[in-house]
Amino acid sequence: MVTQISEGLKAEVKDLNFYYTHHQALKNIHLQIAEKKITALIGPSGCGKTTYLRCFNRMHDLYPGNRYEGEIILFPDQLNIISPKIDPIEVRMRISMVFQKPNPFPKTVFENVAYGLRVRGESRRSLVEDKVEKALKQAALWEEVKDRVQDLAFNLSGGQQQRLCIARALATDPEILLFDEPTSALDPTATSKIEELIMQLKKEVTIIIVTHNMQQAARVSDYTAFMYLGEIIEFDKTDKVFTHPSKKLTEDYITGRFG
Amino acid sequence: MSHAKTPNVVEMRKRIALNKTRDYIFWVIGLLSTLIGFVLLFTMIIDLFIDGFPRLSGQFLLSYPSRFPEKAGILSAWVGTTLVMIVTAATAVPLGIGAGIYLEEYRRKNWLTHLIEINMNNLAGVPSIIYGLLALGVFVYFLKFGESILTGGLTLGLLILPMVVIATRESIRAIPNSIREASYALGATKWQTIKDHILPYSSGGILTGMIIGLSRAIGETAPIITVGALTFIAFLPSSPITPEFPFLSFKWLLDPFTVMPIQMFNWISRPQKGFHVNAAAAGVILLFMTLLMNAFAIYMRYKFRKRIKW
Repeated sequence: MVTQISEGLKAEVKDLNFYYTHHQALKNIHLQIAEKKITALIGPSGCGKTTYLRCFNRMHDLYPGNRYEGEIILFPDQLNIISPKIDPIEVRMRISMVFQKPNPFPKTVFENVAYGLRVRGESRRSLVEDKVEKALKQAALWEEVKDRVQDLAFNLSGGQQQRLCIARALATDPEILLFDEPTSALDPTATSKIEELIMQLKKEVTIIIVTHNMQQAARVSDYTAFMYLGEIIEFDKTDKVFTHPSKKLTEDYITGRFG
Repeated sequence: MSHAKTPNVVEMRKRIALNKTRDYIFWVIGLLSTLIGFVLLFTMIIDLFIDGFPRLSGQFLLSYPSRFPEKAGILSAWVGTTLVMIVTAATAVPLGIGAGIYLEEYRRKNWLTHLIEINMNNLAGVPSIIYGLLALGVFVYFLKFGESILTGGLTLGLLILPMVVIATRESIRAIPNSIREASYALGATKWQTIKDHILPYSSGGILTGMIIGLSRAIGETAPIITVGALTFIAFLPSSPITPEFPFLSFKWLLDPFTVMPIQMFNWISRPQKGFHVNAAAAGVILLFMTLLMNAFAIYMRYKFRKRIKW
């Protein structure tokens, strides 16, 4: 049985199954997501961690043939976000995502961050400006770009682009922020900046991060779930998972014996 | 201790020389093929220029056709061509972009949309005279638009529609999926994603496709003859701007017309030498109009390419 956590919950996953047409990618997943904590998903390539993450903002709905079963309950209003009755757009407005490769729009720095607000019909200029500035500050990018918010985002470096994507995701005050291997396309310096930033952000938002890098999971997260072949093998406090894993498979993976 | 076998250097060098000779032969063939095409085209253009040059004047541009070659001009032809192109662009561009977006972003994959897709790709290869016959039946006889600018423009619009669709689809497909996902992840709807991202980022390619289509349409003769454009027309269509309210008139849409290639075709089939010179001069103007459009397309493509590098 998967460990129960005692802190405040932001989400609870109950008996989640996910299918890509006929292929079952996730099997009977149970997991609790603690509020304003960082939950890391680790596991070998193809174990389903990205698939799992993308359930949280219903990205799978963009492509035909995908099917969810089970529940992901979002607190405090106990909304089952994978229910077909719930509009995926509503879910995405509450839960933001940062992708593996920086994917800014070919627009200005300002318009990139403001886009989420534009989608929500926000047209008050001063409010948009304030929110953009706040988001850029939260993403630790403001100092670097404050004099060139009207420059094209493509002119920023890779690490800056990724922080811009984080600012874009933060500008709409999401309840949960999803990170899908956010540093796998970045150099070590940019990576450590992003990691620092992620640890800062948990004061304000619940974070779920998928990572290939076990050191990263150990450094930044409070809870860690180890996934293998579409199942959660072990879930516990990060310290516990990395120092006293209860399953042989987890131990083999974190000590580098496979994966 | 045995040495490795010495390679037969003499034989090897012979082989290299032979390979290099073949290389050289292909180089010559390639160069000749390129030159033949280029020189022929260039000669034709120069010839056209030399033949037509004496008639290139303001008077030529501002006169109606006439029985006397030295008095004849292309006023009704170039005005007709311009107006027909406006109708063509106004139909083919919105329809083509709409269809392209639908096929790339909205379409569900089933046998019906698959059939539409196969047809769309084949339509680009249908001979233009077939479009002319279709237009004669649909626009002239069935919808009773007559032998008008509207009919001509719609006919050419249909002709270039597949090109606009294909260009739209290709430039939409060049946008990485990560951009769509970024937009959807922020809570955007499909239409918001299309309007704010897909369309702006693909506009360079769409524009290029549109201009290439119009460049083809401007030189089309067969479908325009089929729908009954006149060859001798000594008046202009009614003005689109009127002195009284509402100041805009669309009566010109239903007026008879002629276009540049038809005027040229008419002149070239006359026995008098003077008309042949006129045909050449009109050819120069037509070529100039086409080059102008292409130059615009190249400029736009350059401008948009520079801005977005995925």
